[in-house]
Amino acid sequence: MLNNNVFGLIYAGEQNMNLIELASKRAIGALPVGGRYRAIDFIMSNMVNSGVRNVGVIAQKNYHSLMDHLGSGKDWDLNRKNDGLFILPPFDTNENQGSYRGLCDAVKNSMGYIHRTSQQYCILTGSYTVYNTTYNDLLQFHMDNNADITLLYNTESMVHENESRFKDLRLYMNEEGRVVDMEFNSMMPTSTAVGMDIYIVRKDLLEYLVEDAISRGKYDFVADVLVPNLKRLKIFGYEHKGYVARLHSVASYFRMNMDMLQPEAQKDLFHTGHPVYTKIKDEVPVKYGANANVKNSIIANGCIIEGTVENSVLFRSVYVGKGTTIKDSIIMQDSEIYQNCWIEDAILDKQVQVRSGRRLIGSASYPVIIKKGAIV
Amino acid sequence: MISKKNCVAMLLAGGQGSRLGVLTKERAKPAVPYGGKYKIIDFPLSNCIHSGIDTVGVLTQYQPLELNAYIGTGAPWDLDCMSGGAFVLPPYVKGKTGEWYSGTANAIYQNMYFIERYNPKYVLVLSGDHIYKMDYSKMIRFHEKNEADATIAVIKVPMEEASRFGIMNTAENLRIEEFEEKPEHPKNNMASMGVYVFSWEVLKRYLIADAENPDSANDFGKNVIPAMLHGGERLFAYPFDGYWKDVGTVESLWEANMELLTAAPELDLHDASWRIYSRNPNEPPHYAGKDSEISNSLISEGAYIYGKVENSVIFPGVVVEEGAYVKDSIVMQETHIGRGTRILRAIVDEEVRVGENCVIGGEGAIAVIGCRVQVGNDVVVDAGRAVSPGETLA
Repeated sequence: MLNNNVFGLIYAGEQNMNLIELASKRAIGALPVGGRYRAIDFIMSNMVNSGVRNVGVIAQKNYHSLMDHLGSGKDWDLNRKNDGLFILPPFDTNENQGSYRGLCDAVKNSMGYIHRTSQQYCILTGSYTVYNTTYNDLLQFHMDNNADITLLYNTESMVHENESRFKDLRLYMNEEGRVVDMEFNSMMPTSTAVGMDIYIVRKDLLEYLVEDAISRGKYDFVADVLVPNLKRLKIFGYEHKGYVARLHSVASYFRMNMDMLQPEAQKDLFHTGHPVYTKIKDEVPVKYGANANVKNSIIANGCIIEGTVENSVLFRSVYVGKGTTIKDSIIMQDSEIYQNCWIEDAILDKQVQVRSGRRLIGSASYPVIIKKGAIV
Repeated sequence: MISKKNCVAMLLAGGQGSRLGVLTKERAKPAVPYGGKYKIIDFPLSNCIHSGIDTVGVLTQYQPLELNAYIGTGAPWDLDCMSGGAFVLPPYVKGKTGEWYSGTANAIYQNMYFIERYNPKYVLVLSGDHIYKMDYSKMIRFHEKNEADATIAVIKVPMEEASRFGIMNTAENLRIEEFEEKPEHPKNNMASMGVYVFSWEVLKRYLIADAENPDSANDFGKNVIPAMLHGGERLFAYPFDGYWKDVGTVESLWEANMELLTAAPELDLHDASWRIYSRNPNEPPHYAGKDSEISNSLISEGAYIYGKVENSVIFPGVVVEEGAYVKDSIVMQETHIGRGTRILRAIVDEEVRVGENCVIGGEGAIAVIGCRVQVGNDVVVDAGRAVSPGETLA
């Protein structure tokens, strides 16, 4: 099988100031999404469901929650005798003083792991893209075209207002699918093909390209490796047709969670025949009280609902008291909202307590964010 | 080398549970689903690991497949450890002979070699048929303190039900003077919970003697316990007060589920220090639709509720379509309830498909739909009726 010859390398160290409080204390890959997941679960599950058995996760800052979540890799069946899950935290060397300046820098610091892998191909990806697929077709396409690098992309017709661009990579391809031009964070893109921050590449080529870039003082994989090499390397694009979300701002994070209330996204993310694995918590099924009133919402196990919940996503073990209304909001794990509160257009991080009678109202384009552990 | 264990648990999971009817036609009683995500056996297994017992032999016999697959390596209960673990122990052929487990004591007798591997001081014998949270380590300490040879956990049951159980008559210091298995006229209401601690050296002697007795039914309650009493061994009753439920019948299974829906259920599943573990189905959180109405219910992961659910327990992956109404019922994993269908006082087993505008159950006895039953449109299933697994109703 082809997949035995592939290892995964996930860069979970992206810095993104647009996510403000949500990612200030955690890696983006550890962002809680969809009621019981972390962003990285989707990529991890895609790898495992494709038969990839060797996955390295490059951590950088704030990776405590990420390591806690991934553990030994048991929940993804990656606690293997050979290969399995490798968490690659940064370490201080003369070359690396703690902060990666780009994907190349991160890969360079993981060369020890990369050299030791027995697989010939690498799937290199970030951790903030949420979608469900297997990489088998992508790999086949890569082989059939004798490509050097193949990128996964999707077609984004919608341009979301008010959202700053983060790693917005537009692809221009010929009929065969070969990438002839790329734009990075373009003001006026004319292509609807947007890269999904995932690349398949031969291991020795990756090693060469990264060493080469670093030796010239270049660190960014797209701007410094892909763009200058469009003519020299055969770079292809392969389209992913299902639902894709990119967690590059509070607005897109909010929208992604709300999308999960739509049947199309539910189908594309959870009913593809490939399960999404995550850390198991052994929570109790949700308890609805006699006066519960819940509409159009996702409620994770362990919750106790005695009030009203509408158009919202509730993570595990959230408590909603009597007389309380939660509308258009995301409430993370272990938060408690006591009686007679009103929460609207808000994101409550983990372990937030809202005392009786409080009102928290944001707006759809700018939700209120309450940071982890806060008491309102 | 295997190190000596203080205590090894032997979990009797071969019970047929015939009074559960169609629900146990294709599974053993310990594999019966309960509480929106659990199986009955999750309770004793979780109790074991929380009590510090990491070596559990699970004795299966009747319809073992579902149970064997469910237990696997024991990982969901943290029992996949280096020095112990969960071991499924079906009856097997020894030399030229082989036989089924003829009784509870015989099941342990046939697995003496397994217990001997660990050379434990105590053997905890459990039944896989009951729902309860119990710290067995306290009971073992009680056993040690009394220098007992056997300790039997007892719970007070209503006097009128006492004749269904093994009843203990004790002295003031709780030493058992008399044990009556299902007495017609019980002298008190201290019923055996089917939880025993034995000192292994003593039990071994009695098991061998019991196996050599051709007249014995090889049952703990009927034979081994009376023989130990007769032999003058020190037997003590360990009183347990907490929630304990024998879900032996359709009504009691239904009741036990409904008890979870009360405002403050006696069985607290939310207790983080005594989490009940189970094998996880890997489903997304459940979704409550735009017009859903859910009250006083338990709803588990992977369910899609578009209709109305009241006083009910819904398992993972269940779909309740628009206009459907589920009331006072239990709907198990991956079952689909079609539009306009009404489910009243019923237990609907796993992977059932109910079409549109059906009426299942009603006032009176609980209706039971076995697993994988296909129900067409506009079908009426009366209260109290039981439909066998795999049947088609048109």
